[in-house]
Amino acid sequence: MSQLVLDKLKARFGAAILATHSDFGDDTALVEPAQWKAISTFLREDPDLDFDLPVDLCGVDYPSRGAAGRTEVVMHLYSIGKKHRIRLKARVGDEDMDGAELESVTSIWPGMNWLERETWDMSGVRFVGHPDLRRILMYPEFEGHALQKTYPADRIQPLVPYRTEEEAGVPLEKQAPFGPDEGMAFGRTANNISRAEVD
Amino acid sequence: MEPLDIDLDEGELELPADPMHLNMGPSHPAMHGTVRIVLELSGETIVKADVQVGYLHRGFEKMCERGTWAQVFPYVDRLNYVSPMLNNVGYALAVEKLCGIAVPERCQWYRMALGELARISDHLTCNGAMAMELGAFTPFLWFVKAREMVWDILEEETGARLTHSFGRIGGMANPPTADFKAMCGMAVGKILGLVEEGEKMLLKNRIFIDRLQNVGPISGAEAVSLGWTGPCLRSTGIAYDIRKAHPYLKYDEVDFDVPVGTRGDTLDRFLCRLGEIRQSKRIIEQCIERMPDEGPINSDDPRVVLPGKTDVYTTIEGTIQHFKLIMEGAKVPAGEVYSYTEGGNGELGYYLVSDGSGTPYRVRIRPPCFQITGGLHRLIEGRMLADIVPTFGALNMIGGECDH
Amino acid sequence: MGDVNRTLALDASEQGYATTRVDALLGWARKYSLFAYPFVTACCGMEFMALTSPRFDLARFGAEAPRFSPRQSDLLWVVGTISQRQAPVLKRIYEQMMAPKYVLAFGTCASSGGFYDNYTTVAGIDKIIPTDVYIPGCPPRPEAVMDGLMLLQDRIARNERRPGIVKPRFDPVQAASGLVQLRRSAKDPSEVLPAIQQEEAKTKALREGGS
Ligand code: SF4
Repeated sequence: MSQLVLDKLKARFGAAILATHSDFGDDTALVEPAQWKAISTFLREDPDLDFDLPVDLCGVDYPSRGAAGRTEVVMHLYSIGKKHRIRLKARVGDEDMDGAELESVTSIWPGMNWLERETWDMSGVRFVGHPDLRRILMYPEFEGHALQKTYPADRIQPLVPYRTEEEAGVPLEKQAPFGPDEGMAFGRTANNISRAEVD
Repeated sequence: MEPLDIDLDEGELELPADPMHLNMGPSHPAMHGTVRIVLELSGETIVKADVQVGYLHRGFEKMCERGTWAQVFPYVDRLNYVSPMLNNVGYALAVEKLCGIAVPERCQWYRMALGELARISDHLTCNGAMAMELGAFTPFLWFVKAREMVWDILEEETGARLTHSFGRIGGMANPPTADFKAMCGMAVGKILGLVEEGEKMLLKNRIFIDRLQNVGPISGAEAVSLGWTGPCLRSTGIAYDIRKAHPYLKYDEVDFDVPVGTRGDTLDRFLCRLGEIRQSKRIIEQCIERMPDEGPINSDDPRVVLPGKTDVYTTIEGTIQHFKLIMEGAKVPAGEVYSYTEGGNGELGYYLVSDGSGTPYRVRIRPPCFQITGGLHRLIEGRMLADIVPTFGALNMIGGECDH
Repeated sequence: MGDVNRTLALDASEQGYATTRVDALLGWARKYSLFAYPFVTACCGMEFMALTSPRFDLARFGAEAPRFSPRQSDLLWVVGTISQRQAPVLKRIYEQMMAPKYVLAFGTCASSGGFYDNYTTVAGIDKIIPTDVYIPGCPPRPEAVMDGLMLLQDRIARNERRPGIVKPRFDPVQAASGLVQLRRSAKDPSEVLPAIQQEEAKTKALREGGS
């Protein structure tokens, strides 16, 4: 039904739409990061598309992609009147997340405000033009971006010093047999790389 | 100590001219859930509110990348911990969409019935807690009593009162117990009785109404642009309910209405939730009427569904299959999918990315109340300090879900 | 109260017997008038709600009165996961409480971090503040919480401050004979049982000897 959305996008933006697919019925467009805001504005304002509900925004990290755009920012939109959805993706940043920037779309959908802050906090993508880009889930002192695959799942950054072992009367370190890979699925290590890759 | 009463000449006492800064939370009696609001006050009027969440960030998405697809279920339970069953079903549906499997009819009815029970429990808790925060303790006790009845059924079915972990990819952990239908049939009536009693006490109370009516109103268009869904959006008059707009399971075959409000204020949100409890009751009644008593509960897809225990113990194929599913996890085909259901608070979405292995590459939840809480400041700025309590209560911010 | 306590205790210690009596008296008095500060953060809060509800009725234990000011309360319920971000708040609240103060870790998360073993959670509140009673369970059933509360009251009455853990009512050790034997090498249950019981008795003796 909503092939319409993708067709319209392609007609309007041509080369800026890098790829499209409709797997599982979810219309998806991979777009040029530079056109992120222009496409968003078009999606919001075109009367046939009318995407008024900002559903979701998140980042997915692919360290192996390297320079080709390490983090994929994924946006989901929905139109209440037209009852169609779209997923918009853009690849940003290189291996060190340099240049991981997108234009903020908060002015189009106020609801994107917190989502962009979250994406910055968790995945480390900066949103240019965001009114107040602070961390949202983690505290300001936190270093790094937790949902990047390179951030070890169990590296803590405590805000208050822990009690010493004598004070606490309990061992504070993990005891054997529990290690960093504890709880991992078979064939995986803590950093979510498969064991085969490590060896 | 300084003297308590200083004799002042008239006009001598200088009142501060700057706005006062006040910090509410993160551990505040009226903030069930952990949220902190830094307020700038002028007198008792809120000039600016900075809502800060994240005090219950537990790294759900990171944890999901550590286990198998099936090991995510316990984590989703603890997202919206007032209605864990809805999260379970939502996640199961998302993975099933990615695998392309459908569950048997009996399971669909069962999921719906359990989900609606969870929805009742969600709305009861939200309304009860809000009333309690406004000082109406008795209705809270009734609502919790009604909630206990829901939990009794769920415990009988799943074995746990709150965190069921009952969903499975391709089905449910167990078929319904023999008494399920009878229990539901009996309980829903009683629950509604309790709800009516509590409702009478509240809605005939002038003070209660005055504290809710016209407090925190929001227009439909604004709510949509903020990304609101669920009862909070419906209270503004926009009847967006995923169960109706994009029916999943068997929602297109049951008969129910979508209660909507008109003004989008706190009272409307309260009434919407009460209305939905009634609709859930209707759905449950239809579910238990139409759910077949016999038939499989799990899909028979051997890629994801565990073999029966007898097979595991008696056949080598069963043992191997069991081992592989447990140790490596069900292999989910590579791809990405976004699946959405109607959770307790609105559109509960899961965006899954699979790299074809037994471990999720990325599990992203779209928690409905994250964006709802994101709009909180719009509701309270310019209002009185005391209005925060009902406004916040009616948004039903659930820490685990909002903070991931 | 502090002064009265000291004078009496000094007087009494000369006579050699009354110290414990005053302590016991105080302990007894404290035991049934616990003013609670519920530090509710997460899912366990739902069970905490249920606990105050008519069916489980915490009021029976004299511990239902919540005081949302740390200065007025002497029992800190830590209900739910404590994230690193929340930790300074928890520590501050604990420090603001007046002695004698007790801390009850409600749920696995508060006791040990639970299954959130990651960058953002504190693996158990005892890393930050001393804890008196641990109630395992995710979330613990209200019955287990009541056990925990009674355990705490018992400790208060005996003026003992070593941490305690709520044990399951149904003790798997006692039911060893009813368990499925997974390993071939495990002998007949009836042979294993005495050994386990011996072990239990030994630990018990140790525990009691210490206190
Ligand atoms: S112990 Fe379990 S139920 Fe309690 S807060 Fe932790 S995860 Fe939630």
